[in-house]
Amino acid sequence: MDFLIAAIITIVGISTPILLAGLGELVVEKSGVLNLGVEGMMLVGAIAGFAATVLTGNPWLGVIGAAIAGALAASLFGFFVLTLNSNQVATGLALTIFGTGLSSLIGLSFVGRIVPQFGSVFPPELARDPLLKVVFGYSPVVYFALIMVFAVGWFLKSTRAGLILRAVGENDLSAHSIGYSVIGVRYAAVAFGGAMAGIGGAYFSMVITPMWAERMTAGRGWIALALVVFAGWRAGRLLVGAIFFGVLMWMELNAKAGGLSFLSFAQYIPSQFWAAMPYLMTVVVLTLISMRDRVGLNAPACLGKPFLPAT
Amino acid sequence: MANLNRRHFIAAAGAAAAAVPLAGGAAFAQEKIKIGFIFLGPIGDYGWTWAHNKGREAVDAALGDKVETIYVENVAEDASAIPLIRDLAQQGCKLIFTTSYGYMDQTITVAAEFPDVKFEHCTGFKRADNVATYNSKFHEGRAVLGTISGKMSKSGTLGYLGSYKVPEVVLGVNSFLLSAQKQNPDAKLKLVFIDSWFDPPKEAAATETLINLGCDIVTTHTDSPAALQILEQKGLYGFGQGADMSSFAPNAHLTAIEDIWGPYYVERVQAIVDGTWASADTWDGMKEGTVVISPYNKAVPADVVALADGVQAGYKDGTFDIFTGPIYDQDGNLKVEEGKVMTMAELAVIDWFVKGVESAA
Repeated sequence: MDFLIAAIITIVGISTPILLAGLGELVVEKSGVLNLGVEGMMLVGAIAGFAATVLTGNPWLGVIGAAIAGALAASLFGFFVLTLNSNQVATGLALTIFGTGLSSLIGLSFVGRIVPQFGSVFPPELARDPLLKVVFGYSPVVYFALIMVFAVGWFLKSTRAGLILRAVGENDLSAHSIGYSVIGVRYAAVAFGGAMAGIGGAYFSMVITPMWAERMTAGRGWIALALVVFAGWRAGRLLVGAIFFGVLMWMELNAKAGGLSFLSFAQYIPSQFWAAMPYLMTVVVLTLISMRDRVGLNAPACLGKPFLPAT
Repeated sequence: MANLNRRHFIAAAGAAAAAVPLAGGAAFAQEKIKIGFIFLGPIGDYGWTWAHNKGREAVDAALGDKVETIYVENVAEDASAIPLIRDLAQQGCKLIFTTSYGYMDQTITVAAEFPDVKFEHCTGFKRADNVATYNSKFHEGRAVLGTISGKMSKSGTLGYLGSYKVPEVVLGVNSFLLSAQKQNPDAKLKLVFIDSWFDPPKEAAATETLINLGCDIVTTHTDSPAALQILEQKGLYGFGQGADMSSFAPNAHLTAIEDIWGPYYVERVQAIVDGTWASADTWDGMKEGTVVISPYNKAVPADVVALADGVQAGYKDGTFDIFTGPIYDQDGNLKVEEGKVMTMAELAVIDWFVKGVESAA
C-alpha cells in the first residue's frame, strides 16, 4: 500500500507540469494558433517564479510572477504572429530559443539559491497522514491544475466566450464577418497559454526541485505539445493523457531499478520499451484520429493559419 | 589575416547560433593563444560542466595575459558536436578540450582535419598524435561515499542514479557498492539509468522511485542537485556530484565529490604556451588533487568520518585500492582473483557490475 501511494505521488509530480502547459496550449490551439514556444515559456516561467519567490519570500507571489512572465513572453509571440502575421511555426520555435536564452541570462544570479516552499493547503494531519496524503499531500499548484482541467473543459464546452473562441479557431473569417474580434480573442488565448506554461515551468523550479538550473524543464514543453494532439484537443482527455505519460515514465524508471518484480511479465520487457511508449502512443493516436471523419477529428480548422481578412 | 579571422568568427558564430548552443567568451586580441572548450551542459548546472568551467576560469586567472579561452556550452553528444569542435579549430584555437565521453569519435574526426591543433578528450580512450585523453579517478571518491553509505544505511539497500552505462559510471557503481559491502557485507544496490546527464525532473522522479524501492541513501551520477532536494524533503541522505551542493540540501548532503580540473588545465595550457605539449593519457585522482571530498555533514558520526578519512588517506599514499580481489560479478562469477588489483587499462573499459547490483539494464 505504501508502495502504491508513493508511486501515485511520483506520477502526479511528473504529470502536473505537462498538464498545466498542455491545458494552456489546448486553449491556444482551439483559437486557431499553434504556439511551439511552450518549452521557452515554461523556462521563462520557471526562472520568473523562482526569482519572484527569492525576492519576495512568498511562493504565491512567485507563481503569479511566473504566470505574468509566461503571458508576457506569449504576448511577444502574439505580436509577431497576430499583428505582423509572421509564420507561426517559425516564430514559435524562435520563442523557445529566446525563452531558453533569456531564462539562462536572468538565472545567472540565481544559481545556487534556495527558496521558501509552499505550505500545505490542508491541515498537516491530513497532508502528512501516511494514507490520506495521497489525496491531501500535494502542492497547491497540483490542485490548481486539476481545477483548471474542469474550468477549461467547462469554458470551451458550455460558455458563450468558449463558443466564440472555438468559432474563431474553426472559421476565423465567419467569426470576423459577424463582428467578433479574431485578433483580440487570439491574443487573449495566447496570453492564457503563456500564463499556464509559466506556472507549469514554475512547478519545476519551485515545487519538484526548488532551485534554478539552466534548461531545467529538459524538454517537457515538447511533451506538453504532443499531449494536446494525443488528447484530441479535449481537456478531460488531456488529464488522462498527462497521467498516462506519468505512468509510463514511472514504469520505465521502475523497470530499470527492478521495481516491477510484482508484475511477472514485466521482466521480459526492456525498459526502453516504456521509454519509447509515449511517442509510439502519440503516433498511434494520430493514426486513429486521421482514420476518423472530420467531426471526430476535433482539430481546429484554422490551426496555424494566419488571419487575413479581405479588406 | 585580420579579415580572415573575422570571417571565420562570423561563420562560426552563425553555425553556433543555428545549432542552438551559444558561444561565449570570445574576444579579438590578436597575440593571445586561443584555447577552446566544448561543454556538455550549461555552465550553470552546478555539477559537471560547472566544475569544468571553474577549470577554464583557473586558466584565465593563471595565464590570462598569454591566452584567451572560448567555450561552447550545451553541446549534444552526437554528430552535431563535429561542426562545433571544427568551428573552434577554425577560430584559431591551438588547444581544444572536449569535456565528455560522448565526444570521443567526434574529437578524433576533427583532430584528423587539423593536425596542427591539439585536442584533449575527457574520459575517453582514443588517442592520436594531437589528441590526448585525461580523466579523473572519480571512483576513488565513490569509495569514500560507499564507505559512509555502508555504515549509515539502515535498510542496507542503496540507490544509484546513473546517466548512461559508460565505463566512468560503471566504475562509480562498482566502487561505491564494493566499499559499502566492506562495512555491511549484505549491502545491495538498486541502479537506474535515466539516459541523460542533465534532466532535473527525471532525476527527481527516479530518486523518488529508488526511495520507494527501499533505498535510504541515494548517490547520483547525474549533474544536477535534483536528487538531493528530494532526499532533503524525505529526510534521507545523499551526496553532491561534481561540486559541493550542501546549500541545496543542508541536511541530506553528507559530502560531495568535487571535480578539480584547474591545475590540469593550467598545466596543459602552459605546455602549449611553452611548445612542449605531447599526447598522453592522464588519469589523476585524489593523490594529485583532482578528486576532492567536501567537508562532511555533522550527521556523519565520528567513527564513520574516521573510516572515510582512512579511505582518502589510503588513496593519497597509494596503500588502498577498492578494486582488489576477490571481486565477483552480478551473476557470482569470480572476475578478479584474491589479492589481484585491477589495472588502469582494465578499469578504463569495464562493462560489468559487481555482485549485489540490482538492475535490469
